[in-house]
Amino acid sequence: MTERTLRGKVAVVGVGETTYYKHSQSPDPEFVLALKAILAACADAGINPKDVDSFASYSNDRNDPSRIASALGCKDLRFSNMQWGGGGGGGAAAVGNAAAAIVSGQADIAVVYRALAQGQFQRFGLAAAGGTVAGENALVNPYGIFVPAQRYAFKMMRFMHDHGIKREALRAIAMASYHHAQANPRAVMHGRPLSAEDYDNARWIAEPSRLFDCCQENDGAAALVLVSAERAKDFKQTPAYILGVAQGSNHRHAARAYNATDLGTSSFGPVAPRLWEMAKLGPKDVDVLQSYENFTGGVLMSLVEHGYFKAEEANDFLKLENLLAPTGKLPMNTSGGNLAECYMHGLELQIEAVRQLRGTSTSQVPGAKVAGVIAGPMVTPVSTMIFGAEETL
Amino acid sequence: MTYLPAGLPAPVTEADKLDQPYWEGTRQGKLMVQRCGACGTWQWGPEWLCHECHSFDMKWVEVEGRGTIYSWTRCWHPVHPALKGFGPYVAVVVELPHAGKIRMLGNLIGDPQQKVEIGSAVTAVFEPHDDAKTPYTLVHWQRV
Repeated sequence: MTERTLRGKVAVVGVGETTYYKHSQSPDPEFVLALKAILAACADAGINPKDVDSFASYSNDRNDPSRIASALGCKDLRFSNMQWGGGGGGGAAAVGNAAAAIVSGQADIAVVYRALAQGQFQRFGLAAAGGTVAGENALVNPYGIFVPAQRYAFKMMRFMHDHGIKREALRAIAMASYHHAQANPRAVMHGRPLSAEDYDNARWIAEPSRLFDCCQENDGAAALVLVSAERAKDFKQTPAYILGVAQGSNHRHAARAYNATDLGTSSFGPVAPRLWEMAKLGPKDVDVLQSYENFTGGVLMSLVEHGYFKAEEANDFLKLENLLAPTGKLPMNTSGGNLAECYMHGLELQIEAVRQLRGTSTSQVPGAKVAGVIAGPMVTPVSTMIFGAEETL
Repeated sequence: MTYLPAGLPAPVTEADKLDQPYWEGTRQGKLMVQRCGACGTWQWGPEWLCHECHSFDMKWVEVEGRGTIYSWTRCWHPVHPALKGFGPYVAVVVELPHAGKIRMLGNLIGDPQQKVEIGSAVTAVFEPHDDAKTPYTLVHWQRV
């Protein structure tokens, strides 16, 4: 039987973003943001937007591919895909789904996109008032547990308890993102450095997370253009090839009221091994990593469950100098990530990984050939991927 | 006197009635959970069939309201209009070792700034909301 893999078969040839805004501050409606990001990605690739034939997104994105294709006048609409699950868990899966469609002949030129305008729609970090709740929410909302910072606190708290994780480890993750954002003029937190004192003195949101452990909420949009590896060199940018992608969840994750078999987890335990198997690489081969920060505790668990270090080594590994470009052991979130560049549900992390392979990051890791992207942890399903330069094929 | 201020969403039974025995039980001060009639597996939250043997013969049985704190959080930032100016408050995930280690979520009664420790023994405390449009009872936890 032929090997079933996406390794080296699809490449990202274009990336595009809108200006990134603080939440509720976009002057444009969400659909306009989506269109602008897609047009920017096509321009980056040198592709006529009318030649795009497929779309993939995640997290119940409100911008219907049929409307996008109609608005753009696409000649043909082929593959339309929505990855199940909320939060940023699908950020890598959506890219993988589009890639799978290309490899299986269902798509030729695919766009992966995500757009958010939280002023036009509801914010993630605030609950709606009043009324009644049923099902899972009935077992948590009446106890004051509504938003991700609260819902996922139980996972992070348990993991930190089990493994003796110190707050300084979380602090290094937050400070790395803010450090890199200072070099990135696109970052919402550009010009807003974070000191250790600022981090330590920040107010609690929901223990174990203080303010700077939590992602921003932003308005904006991001998009990537994917084509088959055979065609990748026909376009003007250096291709970033998909070496591996995996999605999934841990055992009984969605059993209500925190009854997943293993609670203190990012959900990547069973998923990450499949990533490494497809990529034919391991954690030591990764030159630069983007790891979705909904909360720094989620990053901590993601890194452990991907094998970057053991839980018992976390306090030693998670030192600021280890996480900084250009010379850290594991340069991470080099655009500023969700914490300090923009919370575009993690699609901005895919774009940053592509930039690293092109050599155009504002915090470039010299000669980066393998770039990892871990999408939103602790939700279900989660997803993760590895991009590689041509030399890695 | 309730642990959290009035105005938070009120729990109601699901339209398909899957969790009706649980909410009816709380009104009588009983903690009702699922146990498989075929293989004896404990199950929480409720589901239509047993995740172990796939029998649809799920029984509702009363369990003793005691357990240990499995994880917890102390919430400071008010995310709901009813919580403005209130807080902090503590929520705990409690493991019930005598019921297949199922877990339940509730608030931890007492000083909201108390030291909370994973592994501490707790007992269930029923908090009726009799004045609600559809009266309901929440299940909190208290250190032994």
